[in-house]
Amino acid sequence: MRMINHHPGRVSATLLGLLPFLLIMLVYSLASQERLAENPNDKLLPGLEQMTAAVDRMAFQEDRRSGDYLMWQDTTASLARLGMGVGIAASLALVVGILNGVLPLVRANLAPLVSALSMVPPLAILPILFIVFGLGELSKVMLIVIGTAPIMMRDVAQRVRELPGEQLIKIQTLGANSWQVITRMALPQVLPRLIDAVRLSLGPAWLFLIAAEAIASTEGLGYRIFLVRRYLAMDVILPYVIWITILAIVIDQCLRLANRRLFPWYNAGGH
Amino acid sequence: MSFITVNNLWKEYGDQVILENLNLSVKQGEFCTLVGASGCGKSTFLKMLLGQETQTRGELLLEGEAFPGEPDRNRGIVFQRYSVFPHLTVRQNVLMGLELEQKPWLGKLFGSARKEALEKVDAMLESVGLSPSANKWPHELSGGMQQRLAIAQSLIMRPRVLLLDEPFGALDPGIRGDMHDLLLKLWQETGTTIFMVTHDLKEGFYLGTRLLVFDKVRNDPHDPQAFGATITYDLPIGQTDRKLFDDINQSVAETARNQAA
Repeated sequence: MRMINHHPGRVSATLLGLLPFLLIMLVYSLASQERLAENPNDKLLPGLEQMTAAVDRMAFQEDRRSGDYLMWQDTTASLARLGMGVGIAASLALVVGILNGVLPLVRANLAPLVSALSMVPPLAILPILFIVFGLGELSKVMLIVIGTAPIMMRDVAQRVRELPGEQLIKIQTLGANSWQVITRMALPQVLPRLIDAVRLSLGPAWLFLIAAEAIASTEGLGYRIFLVRRYLAMDVILPYVIWITILAIVIDQCLRLANRRLFPWYNAGGH
Repeated sequence: MSFITVNNLWKEYGDQVILENLNLSVKQGEFCTLVGASGCGKSTFLKMLLGQETQTRGELLLEGEAFPGEPDRNRGIVFQRYSVFPHLTVRQNVLMGLELEQKPWLGKLFGSARKEALEKVDAMLESVGLSPSANKWPHELSGGMQQRLAIAQSLIMRPRVLLLDEPFGALDPGIRGDMHDLLLKLWQETGTTIFMVTHDLKEGFYLGTRLLVFDKVRNDPHDPQAFGATITYDLPIGQTDRKLFDDINQSVAETARNQAA
Protein backbone atom coordinates (compact mmCIF):
# COMPACT_ATOMS: atom_id res chain seq x y z
CA MET A 1 0.00 0.00 0.00
CA ARG A 2 1.20 3.51 -0.78
CA MET A 3 2.32 5.71 2.11
CA ILE A 4 -0.24 8.36 1.14
CA ASN A 5 -3.04 5.88 1.87
CA HIS A 6 -1.92 4.94 5.39
CA HIS A 7 -4.16 6.71 7.88
CA PRO A 8 -3.54 6.51 11.64
CA GLY A 9 -6.41 5.56 13.95
CA ARG A 10 -7.57 7.86 16.73
CA VAL A 11 -5.33 6.46 19.44
CA SER A 12 -2.27 6.09 17.29
CA ALA A 13 -2.76 9.62 15.93
CA THR A 14 -2.73 10.97 19.49
CA LEU A 15 0.32 8.93 20.38
CA LEU A 16 2.14 10.00 17.23
CA GLY A 17 1.32 13.60 18.05
CA LEU A 18 2.64 13.30 21.60
CA LEU A 19 5.82 11.51 20.61
CA PRO A 20 7.86 14.56 19.52
CA PHE A 21 7.00 16.37 22.77
CA LEU A 22 8.11 13.39 24.86
CA LEU A 23 11.29 13.03 22.83
CA ILE A 24 12.23 16.68 23.35
CA MET A 25 11.62 16.37 27.09
CA LEU A 26 13.63 13.17 27.25
CA VAL A 27 16.60 14.61 25.38
CA TYR A 28 16.48 17.77 27.50
CA SER A 29 16.31 15.96 30.82
CA LEU A 30 19.16 13.60 29.89
CA ALA A 31 21.34 16.52 28.85
CA SER A 32 20.35 18.50 31.93
CA GLN A 33 21.11 15.57 34.27
CA GLU A 34 24.50 15.08 32.70
CA ARG A 35 25.49 18.72 33.13
CA LEU A 36 24.13 18.91 36.66
CA ALA A 37 26.04 15.76 37.62
CA GLU A 38 29.24 17.49 36.58
CA ASN A 39 28.38 20.85 38.12
CA PRO A 40 25.36 21.17 40.47
CA ASN A 41 25.39 24.97 39.95
CA ASP A 42 25.08 24.75 36.18
CA LYS A 43 22.74 27.43 34.85
CA LEU A 44 22.39 26.54 31.20
CA LEU A 45 20.16 23.47 31.40
CA PRO A 46 18.28 23.72 34.72
CA GLY A 47 16.41 20.64 35.91
CA LEU A 48 12.73 20.43 36.78
CA GLU A 49 13.52 21.12 40.43
CA GLN A 50 15.29 24.42 39.72
CA MET A 51 12.55 25.52 37.34
CA THR A 52 9.72 24.82 39.81
CA ALA A 53 11.66 26.73 42.45
CA ALA A 54 12.01 29.65 40.05
CA VAL A 55 8.30 29.60 39.13
CA ASP A 56 7.41 29.45 42.83
CA ARG A 57 9.64 32.46 43.48
CA MET A 58 8.33 34.49 40.51
CA ALA A 59 4.65 33.62 40.69
CA PHE A 60 3.75 32.73 44.26
CA GLN A 61 6.03 34.83 46.47
CA GLU A 62 6.14 38.57 46.83
CA ASP A 63 9.15 40.19 45.29
CA ARG A 64 11.46 41.29 48.08
CA ARG A 65 12.12 44.67 46.55
CA SER A 66 8.69 45.72 45.21
CA GLY A 67 6.29 43.43 47.06
CA ASP A 68 4.61 42.35 43.78
CA TYR A 69 3.98 38.91 42.38
CA LEU A 70 6.22 39.46 39.35
CA MET A 71 4.98 36.78 36.97
CA TRP A 72 1.34 37.86 37.31
CA GLN A 73 2.27 41.49 37.02
CA ASP A 74 4.25 40.73 33.85
CA THR A 75 1.40 38.65 32.46
CA THR A 76 -1.31 41.28 32.98
CA ALA A 77 0.92 44.05 31.62
CA SER A 78 1.75 42.05 28.48
CA LEU A 79 -1.79 40.82 27.88
CA ALA A 80 -3.19 44.34 28.24
CA ARG A 81 -0.76 45.62 25.59
CA LEU A 82 -1.42 42.67 23.31
CA GLY A 83 -5.20 42.93 23.68
CA MET A 84 -5.26 46.65 23.05
CA GLY A 85 -2.93 46.43 20.07
CA VAL A 86 -4.70 43.55 18.39
CA GLY A 87 -8.12 45.02 19.24
CA ILE A 88 -7.33 48.36 17.62
CA ALA A 89 -5.71 46.64 14.64
CA ALA A 90 -8.73 44.37 14.11
CA SER A 91 -11.18 47.30 14.30
CA LEU A 92 -9.14 49.28 11.78
CA ALA A 93 -8.87 46.23 9.56
CA LEU A 94 -12.62 45.73 9.63
CA VAL A 95 -13.45 49.30 8.65
CA VAL A 96 -10.75 49.80 6.03
CA GLY A 97 -10.99 46.24 4.72
CA ILE A 98 -14.75 46.38 4.18
CA LEU A 99 -14.64 49.79 2.54
CA ASN A 100 -11.80 48.61 0.31
CA GLY A 101 -13.64 45.44 -0.53
CA VAL A 102 -17.06 46.90 -1.23
CA LEU A 103 -16.48 50.34 -2.74
CA PRO A 104 -14.40 50.45 -5.95
CA LEU A 105 -13.69 54.16 -5.46
CA VAL A 106 -12.23 53.64 -2.00
CA ARG A 107 -10.31 50.63 -3.25
CA ALA A 108 -8.70 52.66 -6.01
CA ASN A 109 -7.85 55.29 -3.43
CA LEU A 110 -6.63 53.24 -0.46
CA ALA A 111 -5.58 49.78 -1.62
CA PRO A 112 -2.13 50.84 -2.94
CA LEU A 113 -1.39 52.62 0.33
CA VAL A 114 -2.43 49.61 2.41
CA SER A 115 -0.29 47.32 0.24
CA ALA A 116 2.72 49.61 0.61
CA LEU A 117 2.25 49.94 4.38
CA SER A 118 2.04 46.19 4.80
CA MET A 119 5.51 45.91 3.22
CA VAL A 120 7.18 48.25 5.75
CA PRO A 121 9.08 46.13 8.29
CA PRO A 122 7.43 47.22 11.57
CA LEU A 123 10.55 46.76 13.69
CA ALA A 124 12.39 49.21 11.43
CA ILE A 125 10.02 51.96 12.51
CA LEU A 126 10.12 51.06 16.21
CA PRO A 127 12.66 53.83 16.90
CA ILE A 128 10.32 56.31 15.21
CA LEU A 129 7.51 55.13 17.45
CA PHE A 130 9.65 55.58 20.54
CA ILE A 131 10.59 59.09 19.39
CA VAL A 132 7.03 60.08 18.50
CA PHE A 133 5.03 58.35 21.23
CA GLY A 134 7.66 58.22 23.97
CA LEU A 135 8.73 55.14 25.88
CA GLY A 136 5.33 54.56 27.51
CA GLU A 137 2.53 52.13 26.74
CA LEU A 138 1.41 53.93 23.58
CA SER A 139 4.51 53.14 21.54
CA LYS A 140 4.28 49.42 22.34
CA VAL A 141 0.60 49.24 21.44
CA MET A 142 1.26 51.24 18.28
CA LEU A 143 3.97 48.81 17.21
CA ILE A 144 1.48 45.93 17.43
CA VAL A 145 -1.14 47.95 15.55
CA ILE A 146 1.25 48.97 12.79
CA GLY A 147 2.67 45.50 12.58
CA THR A 148 -0.60 43.62 12.25
CA ALA A 149 -3.26 46.02 10.91
CA PRO A 150 -2.17 46.41 7.25
CA ILE A 151 -2.04 42.67 6.64
CA MET A 152 -5.42 42.17 8.30
CA MET A 153 -6.84 45.03 6.21
CA ARG A 154 -5.71 43.31 3.04
CA ASP A 155 -7.06 40.01 4.27
CA VAL A 156 -10.50 41.43 5.11
CA ALA A 157 -10.72 43.24 1.77
CA GLN A 158 -9.78 40.02 0.00
CA ARG A 159 -12.43 38.06 1.93
CA VAL A 160 -15.08 40.63 1.00
CA ARG A 161 -14.13 40.37 -2.66
CA GLU A 162 -14.32 36.59 -2.47
CA LEU A 163 -18.03 36.71 -1.62
CA PRO A 164 -19.86 35.38 -4.69
CA GLY A 165 -20.73 38.08 -7.22
CA GLU A 166 -24.21 36.54 -7.43
CA GLN A 167 -24.88 37.66 -3.84
CA LEU A 168 -23.94 41.23 -4.61
CA ILE A 169 -26.35 41.28 -7.58
CA LYS A 170 -29.05 39.54 -5.59
CA ILE A 171 -29.03 42.03 -2.73
CA GLN A 172 -29.25 44.89 -5.23
CA THR A 173 -32.33 43.30 -6.78
CA LEU A 174 -33.79 43.28 -3.25
CA GLY A 175 -33.40 47.04 -3.26
CA ALA A 176 -30.30 47.43 -1.06
CA ASN A 177 -28.37 50.70 -1.09
CA SER A 178 -24.57 50.71 -0.67
CA TRP A 179 -24.79 51.11 3.09
CA GLN A 180 -27.13 48.13 3.35
CA VAL A 181 -24.82 46.05 1.16
CA ILE A 182 -22.13 46.71 3.77
CA THR A 183 -24.21 46.19 6.89
CA ARG A 184 -26.40 43.30 5.78
CA MET A 185 -24.15 41.39 3.41
CA ALA A 186 -20.45 42.17 3.77
CA LEU A 187 -20.07 42.85 7.50
CA PRO A 188 -21.88 39.81 8.91
CA GLN A 189 -20.14 37.48 6.51
CA VAL A 190 -16.71 38.94 7.08
CA LEU A 191 -16.79 38.90 10.90
CA PRO A 192 -15.96 35.19 11.27
CA ARG A 193 -13.24 35.64 8.69
CA LEU A 194 -11.87 38.56 10.71
CA ILE A 195 -11.58 36.29 13.74
CA ASP A 196 -9.57 33.87 11.61
CA ALA A 197 -7.36 36.75 10.51
CA VAL A 198 -6.84 37.79 14.14
CA ARG A 199 -5.80 34.25 15.03
CA LEU A 200 -3.17 34.33 12.31
CA SER A 201 -1.96 37.78 13.40
CA LEU A 202 -1.43 36.77 17.01
CA GLY A 203 1.96 35.23 16.20
CA PRO A 204 3.39 38.47 14.78
CA ALA A 205 1.62 40.43 17.54
CA TRP A 206 3.50 38.50 20.24
CA LEU A 207 6.73 39.06 18.34
CA PHE A 208 6.24 42.83 18.26
CA LEU A 209 5.13 42.89 21.89
CA ILE A 210 8.20 41.09 23.16
CA ALA A 211 10.51 43.12 20.94
CA ALA A 212 9.07 46.38 22.25
CA GLU A 213 9.18 45.19 25.87
CA ALA A 214 12.76 44.01 25.51
CA ILE A 215 13.89 47.45 24.42
CA ALA A 216 11.99 49.81 26.69
CA SER A 217 9.81 48.65 29.56
CA THR A 218 9.64 48.16 33.30
CA GLU A 219 7.36 45.14 33.37
CA GLY A 220 6.01 42.51 31.00
CA LEU A 221 6.88 38.99 29.96
CA GLY A 222 9.33 40.09 27.28
CA TYR A 223 10.96 42.60 29.59
CA ARG A 224 11.51 39.91 32.27
CA ILE A 225 13.05 37.42 29.88
CA PHE A 226 15.53 39.97 28.58
CA LEU A 227 16.23 41.23 32.11
CA VAL A 228 17.14 37.88 33.64
CA ARG A 229 19.21 36.97 30.56
CA ARG A 230 21.96 39.04 32.16
CA TYR A 231 22.22 36.46 34.96
CA LEU A 232 21.90 33.50 32.55
CA ALA A 233 18.74 32.63 34.52
CA MET A 234 17.52 29.84 32.24
CA ASP A 235 15.43 28.55 35.15
CA VAL A 236 13.24 31.67 34.73
CA ILE A 237 13.48 32.08 30.96
CA LEU A 238 12.34 28.57 30.08
CA PRO A 239 9.17 28.61 32.26
CA TYR A 240 8.36 32.09 30.90
CA VAL A 241 8.67 30.87 27.32
CA ILE A 242 6.45 27.88 28.11
CA TRP A 243 3.97 30.20 29.83
CA ILE A 244 3.84 32.53 26.81
CA THR A 245 3.27 29.53 24.57
CA ILE A 246 0.41 28.31 26.78
CA LEU A 247 -1.16 31.79 26.75
CA ALA A 248 -0.91 31.91 22.97
CA ILE A 249 -2.55 28.50 22.60
CA VAL A 250 -5.35 29.38 25.03
CA ILE A 251 -6.12 32.68 23.26
CA ASP A 252 -6.10 30.95 19.88
CA GLN A 253 -8.45 28.21 21.03
CA CYS A 254 -10.79 30.72 22.71
CA LEU A 255 -11.07 32.60 19.43
CA ARG A 256 -11.69 29.38 17.54
CA LEU A 257 -14.47 28.38 19.93
CA ALA A 258 -15.98 31.87 19.89
CA ASN A 259 -16.05 31.70 16.11
CA ARG A 260 -17.91 28.40 16.21
CA ARG A 261 -20.40 29.60 18.78
CA LEU A 262 -21.11 32.99 17.27
CA PHE A 263 -21.24 31.96 13.62
CA PRO A 264 -22.74 28.47 13.38
CA TRP A 265 -23.39 28.86 9.65
CA TYR A 266 -19.73 29.62 8.94
CA ASN A 267 -18.16 26.54 10.43
CA ALA A 268 -20.75 24.09 9.18
CA GLY A 269 -19.71 24.67 5.59
CA GLY A 270 -22.17 27.47 4.94
CA HIS A 271 -19.76 29.58 2.93
CA MET B 1 -47.09 49.66 -26.25
CA SER B 2 -45.24 46.49 -25.37
CA PHE B 3 -43.72 45.96 -21.93
CA ILE B 4 -40.18 45.21 -23.04
CA THR B 5 -38.92 46.31 -26.45
CA VAL B 6 -35.63 45.34 -28.03
CA ASN B 7 -34.66 47.23 -31.18
CA ASN B 8 -31.69 46.27 -33.31
CA LEU B 9 -29.59 45.37 -30.28
CA TRP B 10 -25.88 44.54 -30.57
CA LYS B 11 -23.41 43.44 -27.94
CA GLU B 12 -19.70 43.26 -28.65
CA TYR B 13 -16.59 42.79 -26.56
CA GLY B 14 -13.82 44.25 -28.73
CA ASP B 15 -13.70 42.14 -31.90
CA GLN B 16 -15.91 39.50 -30.39
CA VAL B 17 -19.56 39.82 -31.41
CA ILE B 18 -21.94 38.22 -28.92
CA LEU B 19 -25.35 39.36 -30.09
CA GLU B 20 -26.24 40.86 -33.42
CA ASN B 21 -29.35 42.61 -34.56
CA LEU B 22 -31.71 41.42 -31.86
CA ASN B 23 -35.36 42.45 -32.17
CA LEU B 24 -38.02 41.47 -29.71
CA SER B 25 -41.19 42.69 -28.13
CA VAL B 26 -42.54 41.13 -24.95
CA LYS B 27 -45.93 41.75 -23.32
CA GLN B 28 -46.41 42.01 -19.59
CA GLY B 29 -46.98 38.64 -17.95
CA GLU B 30 -45.25 36.56 -20.62
CA PHE B 31 -43.03 33.64 -19.62
CA CYS B 32 -40.14 33.45 -22.08
CA THR B 33 -37.62 30.65 -22.13
CA LEU B 34 -34.27 31.39 -23.74
CA VAL B 35 -32.39 28.41 -25.15
CA GLY B 36 -29.25 28.02 -27.22
CA ALA B 37 -25.70 26.71 -27.20
CA SER B 38 -23.19 28.04 -24.66
CA GLY B 39 -21.65 31.30 -25.78
CA CYS B 40 -24.71 32.32 -27.79
CA GLY B 41 -25.50 35.30 -25.64
CA LYS B 42 -28.51 34.08 -23.65
CA SER B 43 -26.90 34.95 -20.34
CA THR B 44 -25.52 38.19 -21.73
CA PHE B 45 -29.02 39.18 -22.80
CA LEU B 46 -30.31 38.30 -19.33
CA LYS B 47 -27.56 40.44 -17.77
CA MET B 48 -28.67 43.35 -19.93
CA LEU B 49 -32.24 42.90 -18.74
CA LEU B 50 -30.84 42.89 -15.19
CA GLY B 51 -28.77 46.03 -15.65
CA GLN B 52 -25.45 44.29 -15.14
CA GLU B 53 -24.36 44.80 -18.75
CA THR B 54 -25.17 47.48 -21.32
CA GLN B 55 -25.66 47.07 -25.04
CA THR B 56 -23.07 48.28 -27.54
CA ARG B 57 -25.70 49.47 -30.01
CA GLY B 58 -29.48 49.50 -30.29
CA GLU B 59 -32.29 50.02 -27.84
CA LEU B 60 -33.52 48.10 -24.82
CA LEU B 61 -36.70 49.64 -23.44
CA LEU B 62 -38.92 48.96 -20.46
CA GLU B 63 -42.32 50.54 -21.13
CA GLY B 64 -40.69 52.92 -23.57
CA GLU B 65 -37.92 54.01 -21.17
CA ALA B 66 -34.26 52.93 -21.30
CA PHE B 67 -33.42 50.14 -18.86
CA PRO B 68 -31.89 51.32 -15.56
CA GLY B 69 -28.11 50.84 -15.63
CA GLU B 70 -27.87 48.89 -12.38
CA PRO B 71 -29.91 46.13 -10.75
CA ASP B 72 -32.93 47.33 -8.80
CA ARG B 73 -35.86 45.99 -6.83
CA ASN B 74 -38.12 45.77 -9.90
CA ARG B 75 -36.09 42.98 -11.45
CA GLY B 76 -35.58 39.82 -9.42
CA ILE B 77 -32.90 37.29 -10.23
CA VAL B 78 -32.26 33.63 -9.45
CA PHE B 79 -28.86 32.22 -10.42
CA GLN B 80 -27.85 28.60 -10.72
CA ARG B 81 -26.00 28.88 -7.39
CA TYR B 82 -25.08 31.37 -4.63
CA SER B 83 -28.39 33.22 -4.82
CA VAL B 84 -29.14 33.03 -1.09
CA PHE B 85 -27.27 34.45 1.88
CA PRO B 86 -25.44 31.75 3.86
CA HIS B 87 -25.40 33.79 7.08
CA LEU B 88 -29.19 34.09 7.29
CA THR B 89 -31.77 31.43 8.02
CA VAL B 90 -34.45 30.59 5.45
CA ARG B 91 -36.91 32.98 7.07
CA GLN B 92 -34.38 35.79 7.43
CA ASN B 93 -33.37 35.35 3.78
CA VAL B 94 -36.93 35.99 2.62
CA LEU B 95 -37.44 38.77 5.15
CA MET B 96 -34.32 40.59 3.93
CA GLY B 97 -35.92 42.40 0.98
CA LEU B 98 -38.80 43.74 3.06
CA GLU B 99 -36.38 44.97 5.72
CA LEU B 100 -34.11 46.67 3.19
CA GLU B 101 -37.07 48.42 1.61
CA GLN B 102 -38.60 49.72 4.83
CA LYS B 103 -35.45 50.62 6.76
CA PRO B 104 -32.84 52.32 4.57
CA TRP B 105 -30.46 52.88 7.51
CA LEU B 106 -31.02 50.10 9.99
CA GLY B 107 -31.85 47.46 7.40
CA LYS B 108 -33.75 45.58 10.11
CA LEU B 109 -37.35 45.50 11.29
CA PHE B 110 -38.48 45.30 14.90
CA GLY B 111 -41.70 44.87 16.84
CA SER B 112 -45.04 44.94 15.07
CA ALA B 113 -43.57 45.92 11.69
CA ARG B 114 -41.39 42.82 11.84
CA LYS B 115 -44.33 40.69 12.86
CA GLU B 116 -46.38 41.94 9.94
CA ALA B 117 -43.51 41.33 7.53
CA LEU B 118 -42.97 37.84 8.93
CA GLU B 119 -46.58 36.98 8.16
CA LYS B 120 -45.92 37.76 4.51
CA VAL B 121 -42.69 35.78 4.68
CA ASP B 122 -44.41 32.74 6.13
CA ALA B 123 -47.13 32.88 3.49
CA MET B 124 -44.45 33.01 0.80
CA LEU B 125 -42.56 30.10 2.38
CA GLU B 126 -45.82 28.15 2.49
CA SER B 127 -46.42 28.65 -1.22
CA VAL B 128 -42.93 27.42 -2.18
CA GLY B 129 -43.19 24.51 0.27
CA LEU B 130 -40.45 25.61 2.66
CA SER B 131 -42.48 26.12 5.85
CA PRO B 132 -40.98 23.08 7.62
CA SER B 133 -37.46 24.43 6.96
CA ALA B 134 -38.15 28.04 7.96
CA ASN B 135 -35.50 28.13 10.67
CA LYS B 136 -32.77 26.16 8.90
CA TRP B 137 -29.56 27.55 7.46
CA PRO B 138 -29.24 27.46 3.66
CA HIS B 139 -26.38 24.94 3.79
CA GLU B 140 -28.75 22.51 5.48
CA LEU B 141 -31.06 22.60 2.45
CA SER B 142 -30.84 20.45 -0.68
CA GLY B 143 -30.08 22.13 -4.01
CA GLY B 144 -33.75 22.17 -4.99
CA MET B 145 -34.82 23.70 -1.68
CA GLN B 146 -32.13 26.38 -2.00
CA GLN B 147 -33.56 27.32 -5.39
CA ARG B 148 -37.08 27.43 -3.93
CA LEU B 149 -35.69 29.79 -1.31
CA ALA B 150 -33.99 31.96 -3.93
CA ILE B 151 -37.28 32.21 -5.86
CA ALA B 152 -39.25 33.06 -2.70
CA GLN B 153 -36.67 35.68 -1.76
CA SER B 154 -37.11 37.41 -5.12
CA LEU B 155 -40.88 37.04 -5.45
CA ILE B 156 -41.68 38.57 -2.06
CA MET B 157 -40.55 41.89 -3.58
CA ARG B 158 -43.23 41.48 -6.29
CA PRO B 159 -40.70 42.33 -9.04
CA ARG B 160 -42.07 43.37 -12.43
CA VAL B 161 -39.64 41.03 -14.14
CA LEU B 162 -38.21 37.79 -12.78
CA LEU B 163 -34.97 36.63 -14.39
CA LEU B 164 -33.84 33.04 -14.02
CA ASP B 165 -30.31 32.07 -15.15
CA GLU B 166 -30.27 28.30 -15.56
CA PRO B 167 -32.00 27.98 -12.19
CA PHE B 168 -32.45 24.22 -12.36
CA GLY B 169 -29.21 23.35 -14.16
CA ALA B 170 -27.63 21.78 -11.08
CA LEU B 171 -30.67 19.79 -9.94
CA ASP B 172 -31.61 16.12 -10.34
CA PRO B 173 -34.13 15.43 -13.14
CA GLY B 174 -36.91 14.40 -10.74
CA ILE B 175 -36.52 17.53 -8.64
CA ARG B 176 -36.45 19.59 -11.80
CA GLY B 177 -39.99 18.44 -12.66
CA ASP B 178 -41.25 19.56 -9.24
CA MET B 179 -39.56 22.91 -9.70
CA HIS B 180 -41.25 23.38 -13.08
CA ASP B 181 -44.65 22.82 -11.50
CA LEU B 182 -43.83 25.25 -8.70
CA LEU B 183 -42.60 27.90 -11.10
CA LEU B 184 -45.69 27.67 -13.29
CA LYS B 185 -47.92 27.89 -10.23
CA LEU B 186 -46.10 30.98 -8.91
CA TRP B 187 -46.14 32.59 -12.34
CA GLN B 188 -49.90 32.13 -12.61
CA GLU B 189 -50.43 33.49 -9.10
CA THR B 190 -48.23 36.58 -9.44
CA GLY B 191 -48.53 37.41 -13.15
CA THR B 192 -44.85 38.41 -13.20
CA THR B 193 -43.05 38.58 -16.52
CA ILE B 194 -40.45 35.82 -16.52
CA PHE B 195 -37.30 35.28 -18.58
CA MET B 196 -35.63 31.95 -18.04
CA VAL B 197 -32.31 30.88 -19.56
CA THR B 198 -31.81 27.16 -19.93
CA HIS B 199 -29.79 24.92 -22.12
CA ASP B 200 -32.20 22.09 -21.71
CA LEU B 201 -34.22 22.43 -24.92
CA LYS B 202 -36.97 20.15 -23.61
CA GLU B 203 -37.45 22.41 -20.62
CA GLY B 204 -37.83 25.36 -22.96
CA PHE B 205 -40.31 23.49 -25.11
CA TYR B 206 -43.13 23.19 -22.65
CA LEU B 207 -42.46 25.71 -19.87
CA GLY B 208 -43.93 29.16 -20.24
CA THR B 209 -45.62 30.92 -23.14
CA ARG B 210 -42.85 31.66 -25.55
CA LEU B 211 -39.64 30.03 -26.68
CA LEU B 212 -36.71 32.14 -27.89
CA VAL B 213 -33.86 30.26 -29.55
CA PHE B 214 -30.51 32.08 -29.60
CA ASP B 215 -28.35 30.80 -32.39
CA LYS B 216 -25.80 31.89 -34.94
CA VAL B 217 -27.07 32.30 -38.46
CA ARG B 218 -23.64 32.86 -39.94
CA ASN B 219 -20.52 31.05 -38.95
CA ASP B 220 -16.93 31.57 -39.98
CA PRO B 221 -15.05 28.31 -39.29
CA HIS B 222 -11.73 30.18 -39.07
CA ASP B 223 -13.01 32.77 -36.64
CA PRO B 224 -15.88 31.49 -34.48
CA GLN B 225 -16.22 34.87 -32.70
CA ALA B 226 -16.65 36.93 -35.86
CA PHE B 227 -20.43 36.63 -35.95
CA GLY B 228 -22.85 37.01 -33.11
CA ALA B 229 -25.99 35.13 -32.26
CA THR B 230 -29.51 36.34 -32.74
CA ILE B 231 -32.99 35.00 -32.14
CA THR B 232 -33.55 32.35 -34.80
CA TYR B 233 -36.86 30.97 -33.56
CA ASP B 234 -39.53 32.85 -31.65
CA LEU B 235 -42.32 30.38 -30.99
CA PRO B 236 -45.46 30.43 -28.95
CA ILE B 237 -45.47 27.35 -26.77
CA GLY B 238 -48.16 24.78 -27.48
CA GLN B 239 -47.77 24.94 -31.25
CA THR B 240 -44.57 23.01 -31.32
CA ASP B 241 -44.10 19.58 -32.79
CA ARG B 242 -41.47 16.90 -32.84
CA LYS B 243 -40.07 17.89 -36.22
CA LEU B 244 -39.45 21.44 -35.10
CA PHE B 245 -37.82 20.25 -31.89
CA ASP B 246 -35.41 18.09 -33.89
CA ASP B 247 -34.62 20.95 -36.28
CA ILE B 248 -33.82 23.34 -33.47
CA ASN B 249 -31.91 20.71 -31.57
CA GLN B 250 -29.75 19.96 -34.60
CA SER B 251 -29.06 23.60 -35.37
CA VAL B 252 -28.12 24.39 -31.76
CA ALA B 253 -25.89 21.35 -31.53
CA GLU B 254 -24.09 22.33 -34.73
CA THR B 255 -23.44 25.84 -33.42
CA ALA B 256 -22.13 24.36 -30.18
CA ARG B 257 -19.69 22.21 -32.16
CA ASN B 258 -18.54 25.18 -34.22
CA GLN B 259 -18.03 27.21 -31.06
CA ALA B 260 -15.90 24.46 -29.55
CA ALA B 261 -13.85 23.92 -32.72
